[in-house]
Amino acid sequence: MTFMISCTQATQLVSRALDAQAAFSERLTLGLHLLACQGCRNYRRQLRILRLAARAHPARPDNEAS
Amino acid sequence: MSPSPEISQALNALRPKLLRFATLQLRDASAAEDAVQETLLAALQNQQTFRGEASLKTWLFSILRNKIVDIIRQRSRETTLDEPFVDDDQDDFSALFDEQGHWNREDRPSSWGNPQQTLENNHFWTIFDICLSNLPEKTSRVFMMREFLGFDTDEICKELKISSSNCWVILHRARMGLRLCLQDRWFGTIDTPSHSSVPTR
Repeated sequence: MTFMISCTQATQLVSRALDAQAAFSERLTLGLHLLACQGCRNYRRQLRILRLAARAHPARPDNEAS
Repeated sequence: MSPSPEISQALNALRPKLLRFATLQLRDASAAEDAVQETLLAALQNQQTFRGEASLKTWLFSILRNKIVDIIRQRSRETTLDEPFVDDDQDDFSALFDEQGHWNREDRPSSWGNPQQTLENNHFWTIFDICLSNLPEKTSRVFMMREFLGFDTDEICKELKISSSNCWVILHRARMGLRLCLQDRWFGTIDTPSHSSVPTR
């Protein structure tokens, strides 16, 4: 069954989930943790911003570089 | 088979963009230079195969991307014989968490707000590139392949001959490292004047 995971574990799961590498049960467990943990919710948001930034990077051919 | 002046001009115009992209991926100016030269050469030699369905830029960048992947593949082959892939990154970030594995109060991630304005700020990109270059080389390589070269994790594992769990650990470290750097150098300094500047892109 699900159990409470630490932030150490949650952050690893957040990263894997970003690449669709987290199993359903892991995402459930992560979801529970995130409900209770603002820090890790912010962490997940930050990783999404990192991805947005990588996509919007000026060196990429479709983005306007100076 | 000499190129037409139009094609030469178009290639030259794209050269700086190609170089900038290659330098970001390879972190080595001369390797980037070589990759771009080979790309332009390949483009000239294969002019006929360019049918114009994609733009010239897209076509050139796809050639460059393949050259970069070749170099990455070659580099990893050179190192895996001697040592395991992962160990140039000693940081496991455990200092950010307490004994129960929860964020230390002072290290707990805060909100970074709405990214749109941030991503329009030139200063941000300077800091972002610094943070990218601060990543250990092998960590950076995996991160780049994932986020800039569009590989999914299975493909990265296969290319670099590392296990999936190794791959995940490296990506996790890359993201940990990047966000920590950005937190320290950008988002955590949000009251400084440079952040209130008008978007310059």
